[in-house]
Amino acid sequence: IQAQFNVTVRDALNQAMDEELERDERVFLLGEEVAQYDGAYKVSRGLWKKYGDKRIIDTPISEMGFAGIAVGAAMAGLRPICEFMTFNFSMQAIDQVINSAAKTCYMSAGLQAVPIVFRGPNGASAGVAAQHSQCFAAWYAHCPGLKVVSPWNSEDAKGLLKSSIRDDNPVVFLENELLYGVPFEMSEEAQSKDFTIPIGKAKVERAGSHITLVSHSRYVGHCLDAAAVLAKEGIECEVINLRTIRPMDVESIEASVMKTNHLVTVEGGWPQFGVGAEICARIMEGSAFNYLDSPVTRVTGVDIPMPYAKILEDHSLPQIKDIIFSVKKTLNV
Amino acid sequence: MRNAITVCFRLKIDTLPKKNQTLSLKVVVSRSFADFTPQATFDIKKCDLHRLEEGPPLKAELTRDQGLQYYRTMQTVRRMELKADQLYKQKIIRGFCHLYDGQEACAAGIEASINPTDHLITAYRAHGYTYTRGVSIKEILAELTGRKGGVAKGKGGSMHMYAPHFYGGNGIVGAQVPLGAGIALACQYQGNNQLCVTLYGDGAANQGQLFESFNMAALWKLPCIFICENNKYGMGTSVERASASIDYYKRGDFIPGIRVDGMDVLCVREATKFAADHCRSGKGPIVMELQTYRYHGHSMSDPGVSYRTREEIQEVRTKSDPISMLKERMLSNNMASVEEFKEIDVDIRKQVEEAAQFATSDPEPPLEDLCNHIFYNNPPLEVRGTNPWSKLKSVS
Repeated sequence: IQAQFNVTVRDALNQAMDEELERDERVFLLGEEVAQYDGAYKVSRGLWKKYGDKRIIDTPISEMGFAGIAVGAAMAGLRPICEFMTFNFSMQAIDQVINSAAKTCYMSAGLQAVPIVFRGPNGASAGVAAQHSQCFAAWYAHCPGLKVVSPWNSEDAKGLLKSSIRDDNPVVFLENELLYGVPFEMSEEAQSKDFTIPIGKAKVERAGSHITLVSHSRYVGHCLDAAAVLAKEGIECEVINLRTIRPMDVESIEASVMKTNHLVTVEGGWPQFGVGAEICARIMEGSAFNYLDSPVTRVTGVDIPMPYAKILEDHSLPQIKDIIFSVKKTLNV
Repeated sequence: MRNAITVCFRLKIDTLPKKNQTLSLKVVVSRSFADFTPQATFDIKKCDLHRLEEGPPLKAELTRDQGLQYYRTMQTVRRMELKADQLYKQKIIRGFCHLYDGQEACAAGIEASINPTDHLITAYRAHGYTYTRGVSIKEILAELTGRKGGVAKGKGGSMHMYAPHFYGGNGIVGAQVPLGAGIALACQYQGNNQLCVTLYGDGAANQGQLFESFNMAALWKLPCIFICENNKYGMGTSVERASASIDYYKRGDFIPGIRVDGMDVLCVREATKFAADHCRSGKGPIVMELQTYRYHGHSMSDPGVSYRTREEIQEVRTKSDPISMLKERMLSNNMASVEEFKEIDVDIRKQVEEAAQFATSDPEPPLEDLCNHIFYNNPPLEVRGTNPWSKLKSVS
């Protein structure tokens, strides 16, 4: 029997960074409050105490500057982890992420690699209002040269962060603040220092035969909750956790759709030009289209800047009842 | 060892009888190595200082070999850029082309004072540095013409050329400055006593990310030489119209600064040596402003005369050309002969011509290369083409 441990996503991320810092001396972490404050969300707790000033660097509030510094360090042979306190602040630095990091390997015809991870919380939190709640999955996933990863549970967080750090290319690693404190079971295998999850492969979290639900990050949990409710009514949902947004594992979605004939995508981001929109386009262009018994349904955040009042905020994001409603509409039941 | 001096008479051709005037006269003066002054000391302009008690020396030593080498470097860059101008007008080079002629003393002087193991990054007026950092004329011109023999296999173009310890070539104004500070961080982290020369222009000097970089470089004492190549115009905007303070060497505020005559290769060399010593001794970053000038407009699409007068350009050419200045110094100190310089010129012309030949005859990259090099050290992946049936392959 495999021992099951309950580990929060925060601790899983911490373990991943700790292990990779130990494994490779070129790895280092920089960002606001990552060192002496133990991390704005305590994700890097204990790392500064263990590794010191050289490897865990507190930066001034200068996103464009320190993101550029991180990219330059990566170009010169180090393996930085650049933390954005939230991805909302990455907009200040987005030129460095795209033009300096993502495009360089191509522009140099492979002469110049940029082994860097940009990580931090993405999407909505709770009560932080419009400027602090945007989901950047679609924006970053639009760009060739980047890998975009979006873990859900603790195993995802640990395995994918380790893979991201070991990857020789720029990776945008989208965490979720509301998940940091959530404990998940972690297998003993996942406790190993060599445990990695491959980037670009989705996971079927729950098998089902009537309809496919595809999601990423926090909403994977919502889908599983919705699936549990629907199961009582005899509707069996297959829930796919994308794990990686770019490159997207379309094959896994197609294989599922060919089985269930119905597809619902669920995301926290805005609908227009989003992750769900991309999935719809890819399904239409591929072999699974002919297996659909109804058009693909997208469940998304409401197309508005995030409001503050709790009742409004609650109605700005997909709730479990929205997923259940959409499943039934898609199945026409 | 002393060789005999052989001197030929130089005849004025119109004093010859008519039948001899068709002869071409070759003046051959062979003089031994020992006849030239092997080394001389030159006065160089005093640098303005910011937050420094002492600055670079007021005299520079130059050996004959060094002088010929600097001359060769600068003349090569000059001729290479003029060739690029020609190729651009013939539409063999397209897109952006920002030429460096006039500013050669900066690239040559900097390279003369740092080690090949040091690092350098600049903006888009990069062909000169691409050469001084070790890329051949052939590979530079072929990259400009977009051929597979280009240094970036035709994938990058004018603004995206790379070499070991040379990080381009960057298209976004100012973005290279935090990158340079990051390279310096890596030097410090790795404890290798290397430094990073981070260049930017008078236009980029007003970018916010520079000040973020200055702050972090000073805070962490990064071994970074920030160098502003002030050529007086950011595209069509003069420094007076762009900056509340045009003392670019002071813009680092808490970072010491030096203002340098960027048209004098010796001045640039001594100042950069001074700056390098400063960084390597752990004192942290330093700012250098090189006062220089570009003969061409901002790019090939800018004639360069709508915001400055032809007289101004001509005056710089006659009074401050970096190549002429070095040549005159060496000639007046008997460090080399006119013929030697001519020989070098002929040789460079030949090299540039050969490189241009290659750059115009080498084939464009194969279509199979379209999607390659998106990632480094990555398994092959499929890339969507322009339509759903077009499935292209990408390898690292």
